[in-house]
Amino acid sequence: MAKKKSFYHFLGCIIPHRYPSVEKAAKLVFNDLGIDLLDMDGATCCPAPGVFGSFDRVTWATIAARNLTIAEAGGHPIVTGCNGCFASLWDANYELKHDHELRDKVNENLAEIGREFKGTIEVWHYVDALYQLAGLEKIRDQVTRPFTGVRMALHPGCHWMRPKIIKQKDDSERPHIFRELCETSGAEYVPYKDELICCGAGGAVRTADVKIALEFTKQKFDSLIAAGGADMIITPCPFCELQLDAGQVEIQKYFEQEYKFDILHVVELLALAFGHEPDEFGLATHLQYMQRKSEPAWENLGIKVGEH
Amino acid sequence: MDLRPKINDTSCRCVILTSIDEKPAIEIDVPDDSFVQMIKKTGGPNIQNCFQCGTCSGSCPAGARTNYLVRGIIRKALLGLKQQCISAKELWYCTTCYTCTDRCPQDVKPTDVIKAIRNIAVAEGYMLEPHQKTAQKVLEAGHAVPLDKDSWQDLREKVGVERIPPNASRYAEAIEEIRKIAKKTGFDKLVEDKEEK
Ligand code: SF4
Ligand code: SF4
Repeated sequence: MAKKKSFYHFLGCIIPHRYPSVEKAAKLVFNDLGIDLLDMDGATCCPAPGVFGSFDRVTWATIAARNLTIAEAGGHPIVTGCNGCFASLWDANYELKHDHELRDKVNENLAEIGREFKGTIEVWHYVDALYQLAGLEKIRDQVTRPFTGVRMALHPGCHWMRPKIIKQKDDSERPHIFRELCETSGAEYVPYKDELICCGAGGAVRTADVKIALEFTKQKFDSLIAAGGADMIITPCPFCELQLDAGQVEIQKYFEQEYKFDILHVVELLALAFGHEPDEFGLATHLQYMQRKSEPAWENLGIKVGEH
Repeated sequence: MDLRPKINDTSCRCVILTSIDEKPAIEIDVPDDSFVQMIKKTGGPNIQNCFQCGTCSGSCPAGARTNYLVRGIIRKALLGLKQQCISAKELWYCTTCYTCTDRCPQDVKPTDVIKAIRNIAVAEGYMLEPHQKTAQKVLEAGHAVPLDKDSWQDLREKVGVERIPPNASRYAEAIEEIRKIAKKTGFDKLVEDKEEK
């Protein structure tokens, strides 16, 4: 038997502070698959690539590198369930390994706190760990509650697969990896025209002008409805999840238009498919439900929750 | 935010595309190269590859709904129109989705060029207040989206994880390290509240 693979679990901000159900679902799913998630003590904000990357590249790279040094010291790769954190940590790791001028500047800054970027670890996304390490076969073996007949739309988001030449993850014009991963749940994939456009939250746009950010989201929803709608939308990113989930409440406020989509992170989808009850990770704590005082559309999701 | 041009309002620092009825054309005699050199050093090394095909703007979800025009900004930058670029509010509508970067036939990496121009804009004091506040939060709490209310901790308890996660929300020394980094790079001064506000 190969040695059990361990990752430092980089939480970031949105997962632990706004969508903790994703943190718990990840723990359930990775545990079921025999992959260890280690606490990453003292990790900070990735930092937010939109704001920090746009403000000062060197400060952005230094704070990201500080996070990387925590994993380097322990000798395990990092795994994150957030496209934004992935954008900061993966990109900084890549840039620091290739741009020596930047690396020197960053290490000069890190010396101030007694740290040094060495470039000895890799950064993974949940999607990589699930698809590449666990593999689709092993995931299918775990599925005890298939989402048969449930119509599933996808929002892959941007920063896991773009820029494609550098990331080399998937063809960003015709991606298939995230789709194949989600299809292990047994749900039926529903394509829609604007599946691949951005949710609108990134690049510090949500922070600057939430209404413009929501226009992107609305375009996606309308495109999905034009394609016949879906019972749920799956994303690999909590910031996209926030934008699509809580964004529905905001859209109602700003545009007086009501959408009711259940939005799940891919690890939440898999936790349910693996037979975990929604209460085990708190699916109903998504901000949309808290703010609307509503619940997931259990019946559409094909989930019996008699005990509720 | 209202992006319509305020023609007689001299306090408006945002420069908008307007017809020559509203403002005189900028005369470009000999392009000034210094802004391009700055951009190349700040993270947009391929800007001069651009041959203005427009693939970036044609792909851009931000341009589809705002007056943000990525190709136009790149062209202005190439012509040395620094002030036009860094003071434009629409510079902040790019969501960094990288669609343009994946499609640009000249490997300009427009997203990186935009981020470089934003870096230069911020260094010269053009920064939106909500962004400044977000940056300040990272220096205060170690996180852009902090665990700043009991209700967030209750939410964590409800889903069955510890009330305070093992990140900077638990470790004050991590926040201290971030502050030291910000002090060293001058980032703390960059994002601090300015007097004249
Ligand atoms: S796609 Fe590339 S070459 Fe074409 S206009 Fe945009 S930046 Fe220039
Ligand atoms: S990265 Fe920015 S400029 Fe490029 S397509 Fe996306 S929003 Fe437009």
